[in-house]
Amino acid sequence: MQQQPSTPPPTEPTLPAAAPLSEPVTLPTTRPTGCPFDPPAELAQLREEQPLRRMQYPDGHLGWLATGHSVVRSILADSRFSSRYELMHLPLPGGPGELPPAPPGDMSGLDAPEHTRYRRLLMGKFTVRRMRELTARVEEITAEHLDAMERRGGPVDLVTAFAQPVPALMICELLGVPAADRDIFQRHTAAVTDQSTTLEDQMAAYTAIQEIIHGLVLAKRARPTDDLLSDLAQDGGLTDEELAGVGAFLLGAGLDTTANMLALGTFALLSNPDQLAALRSDSGLADQTVEELMRYLTIADTGIRAALEDVELEGQLIKAGETVTVSIQAANRDPKRFPEPDALDVHRKATGHLSFGHGAHQCLGQQLARVEMRVAFPALLTRFPTLRLAVAPEDVPLRTRSNIYGVHRLPVTWDQESGR
Amino acid sequence: MKLSVDRERCCGAGMCALTAPEVFDQDDEDGRVLLRDPQPPHRHHAAAREAAAICPAAAITVIEARET
Repeated sequence: MQQQPSTPPPTEPTLPAAAPLSEPVTLPTTRPTGCPFDPPAELAQLREEQPLRRMQYPDGHLGWLATGHSVVRSILADSRFSSRYELMHLPLPGGPGELPPAPPGDMSGLDAPEHTRYRRLLMGKFTVRRMRELTARVEEITAEHLDAMERRGGPVDLVTAFAQPVPALMICELLGVPAADRDIFQRHTAAVTDQSTTLEDQMAAYTAIQEIIHGLVLAKRARPTDDLLSDLAQDGGLTDEELAGVGAFLLGAGLDTTANMLALGTFALLSNPDQLAALRSDSGLADQTVEELMRYLTIADTGIRAALEDVELEGQLIKAGETVTVSIQAANRDPKRFPEPDALDVHRKATGHLSFGHGAHQCLGQQLARVEMRVAFPALLTRFPTLRLAVAPEDVPLRTRSNIYGVHRLPVTWDQESGR
Repeated sequence: MKLSVDRERCCGAGMCALTAPEVFDQDDEDGRVLLRDPQPPHRHHAAAREAAAICPAAAITVIEARET
């Protein structure tokens, strides 16, 4: 998933039900009550009326909001739209108004050629083949955590027992971060993406991660081991500061993304028993179920870009300096691209979703995420054939104030005797 | 069908190698696209077209053969 700069807490939408097309809108943020998997309802209306329209930003900036699949995809692919944080106006109120430039190593806030330099150092480390070679290790870690759940018996919180530790251990192993440091990183990473904390707290958490990684980098330079940070330390041509930044970026991207997909995805499957039954009865559906869950849930729901020059799009003129908010979640529910978009359908071919982004910044770790989800979902469902929520669906706490959507906890249980 | 790839544009996301592994591969060192078969047999055409369509960097060009 794409990493985006922190955005401030959402507030109630101020959008009138039928704003005239000429009127700028604000970004809808409130998901419909009782529908934890659906985007804010106003987004569908905006997309239908005008997939690219003027948007009023909280700092007074008059920019744009893109909601259609085709226009969102075009913007993300177009190098005339910048990813540099310092050029962006934030789409939600309460923030500081402007962001500092990306710290060293934070590729998601850079354009070519600076972005390309980092990306090319890392591309060979995350290929389809290399990530598939990790399958056996993912299976091992997955099985260990399912064993522990089974021994303990339900109810358990799936987030802490399974969804967080499996991808966390994988990214730590890949980078060469000691497993003992995992909890500290997990906590700090949650703080970085939590919109209910202050920007100062977010920066402090980010700095804390970087300091630990900086120490690691120095250790890897002195005594290389068989891992990604050591490889980069040997021949990456990066300064200590840049390498620590890259490490923090990759760790953050690996800790807080797949974890949310696994927990929210399980919640979605348990809430759609017919789809769950279809998946259980045909293991050949696993690959496309992963893609469909990615599309349907779109946990990195919003992106931001800034126009570097005047761009004509959909018959409208976006002027240099204007910010465009791209609603990935609206794009992934566009009926022009995906028929019956609001249904979770494991038989659907959801390829072409924008959940990993699009363009030069498309998620570098997506093939790792796919391997993790491809292993973890079927393993969980096979191990616990009677898996179910241990609380009412409306009592599952949602991460409504995070840049990455998901659940804070997912209490689940199963029939002990038929647990295996 | 004839295919060409632009390794300068390629951003190494791996979507082509995932979608049409008989046609596209990734270099183990730099992660960039490798074209395994610039003129793939008919049975791989649909996958190759899809790979070109979803490539995040628009680095794959498809030239369709004229119908005769």
